[in-house]
Amino acid sequence: MSAVAIAASPQSGGASRFERNAATRDAPWVKALVIGVGLTFFLIFLLLPLIAVFLEAFRKGVDTYFASLVEPDALSAIRLTLLAAAIAVPLNLVFGISAAWAIAKFNFPGKQFLITLIDLPFSVSPVVAGLIYVLVFGLQGWFGEWLHVHDIKIVFAVPAIVLATVFVTFPFIARELIPLMQAQGRDEEEAAISLGASGLQTFWRVTIPNVKWALLYGVILTNARAMGEFGAVSVVSGHIRGETNTMPLHVEILYNEYQFAAAFAVASLLALLALVTLALKTYVEWRVAHPSTSETV
Amino acid sequence: MYARETRVLPGFGLSLGYTLIYLSLIVLIPISAVFIKTFEMTLDEFWAAVASPRVVASYKLTFGASLLAAAINVVFGSLLAWAITRYTFPGRKLVDALIDLPFALPTAVAGIALTAIYAKNGWLGQFLEPLGIKIAFGPPGVLVALVFIGLPFVVRTIQPVLEDLDAEYEEAAASLGASRWQAVTRIVAPALLPPLLTGFALAFARAVGEYGSVIFIAGNIPMVSEITPLMIITKLEQYDYRGATAIASVMLVISFLLLLIVNGLQSWSSKRTGRTV
Repeated sequence: MSAVAIAASPQSGGASRFERNAATRDAPWVKALVIGVGLTFFLIFLLLPLIAVFLEAFRKGVDTYFASLVEPDALSAIRLTLLAAAIAVPLNLVFGISAAWAIAKFNFPGKQFLITLIDLPFSVSPVVAGLIYVLVFGLQGWFGEWLHVHDIKIVFAVPAIVLATVFVTFPFIARELIPLMQAQGRDEEEAAISLGASGLQTFWRVTIPNVKWALLYGVILTNARAMGEFGAVSVVSGHIRGETNTMPLHVEILYNEYQFAAAFAVASLLALLALVTLALKTYVEWRVAHPSTSETV
Repeated sequence: MYARETRVLPGFGLSLGYTLIYLSLIVLIPISAVFIKTFEMTLDEFWAAVASPRVVASYKLTFGASLLAAAINVVFGSLLAWAITRYTFPGRKLVDALIDLPFALPTAVAGIALTAIYAKNGWLGQFLEPLGIKIAFGPPGVLVALVFIGLPFVVRTIQPVLEDLDAEYEEAAASLGASRWQAVTRIVAPALLPPLLTGFALAFARAVGEYGSVIFIAGNIPMVSEITPLMIITKLEQYDYRGATAIASVMLVISFLLLLIVNGLQSWSSKRTGRTV
């Protein structure tokens, strides 16, 4: 269900190939209409919100902007967001590689079902994603009594924020790797093994170089989603200022207190992260489409 | 038959074992908590939670707005995908790159930005309100947010199919005397049907569970503009864990069904177009 996965499709010629060909060329008025309507929609629904974030952030001036970013609550929110991403990304990276190796390189019954299960967190509402950890670790939950007696805080504390972040970013790296590694097959790995390479050597020298760009994009996307998650984290956070607030939650609190410029200032950092993510995605796609240019492995 | 196959590559047991354990710990066991807790409820209690008028009103809004948003995205998403793959125009690469913005932009950021645009004194709101069009803090606001988050799903499912569609078929149609309109409606459109349906289902599935971008712009008026995920939050804030769990179980079942539908559509789509998504 990864709609936004990298496709190594042949971009050669791109759109112009259709415009040069008389059979696939549309009348000029059709072209103008399609581009006009499509771009208007794009401007209103995508570009305008993006511009709004940055302009609203600087509405009260540059000083207010930077002051909102360095005040203690904002800094602590930034720290917690970085921490959650720093734990969630490596965990899901190891899982993604492991799942892709099992699914792409071996045959076993129930494989399709396993892929569906890996997709599951993606289709679960973020609010439900948060709720499940409350049901397991909350005071009313399965381990609630035990955790309370031993004075271990998971829900409304950092561990549940990390867990919720891991859940919502669970499938991304696996879903980048699985289709690519399935398409590549296992011939190269089998050749390496039969030439005497060890399993680990084969993995590091054959498999990883073959998937490095998809892997990189998976990591970038997981990181962006980890830092930006709102619904799931909101349910398990408890909104304790300076303790359990991540950046998106901090944005919400500032916004609800009518500190709009400050809210948009913190939001602009997250928007910047989204733009960097998209730029890296475009670069990675370009590398996948042009594998031969200045390749130094 | 699987066991008979000789495995040259190592690490099958380790990688599959780790995958299953991690999947169970992070996803399956916590999700099963929702169903186990739901089964501890009596039927009356469950029904009272999931079928109260306020919750039913939230289903109507959530599913109605999600369907409408997915339909709007199918129309404008295909136009955008067509423009990006078939035409050259300045800024095409930039538009192509920014299509994924709703996927990368945190939902809370999208929510406050859309509210800033459509509120009464907002960027567009100040022109729309005098015309009697009120978008923010009501159901239309929910729709706008769901259109925003669903767009990349439609464009990115149609785009690769349009790119791979061989010009040969349209050439053949043209040389046999078909008009451009006939070629597009009889040849291109049937090939686009599976990805269009897949994109629709993906955008719909995403919209049904969406929370962050909607919550700021919806106004959250009981019986009018409350979405179902918000009802779960409301119950939790009232310490009604059982009520929240019951609604969550309904949403989970719907997510499962949508996931199965999407998977079915995708395998149908890849059979029809000969490409694996």
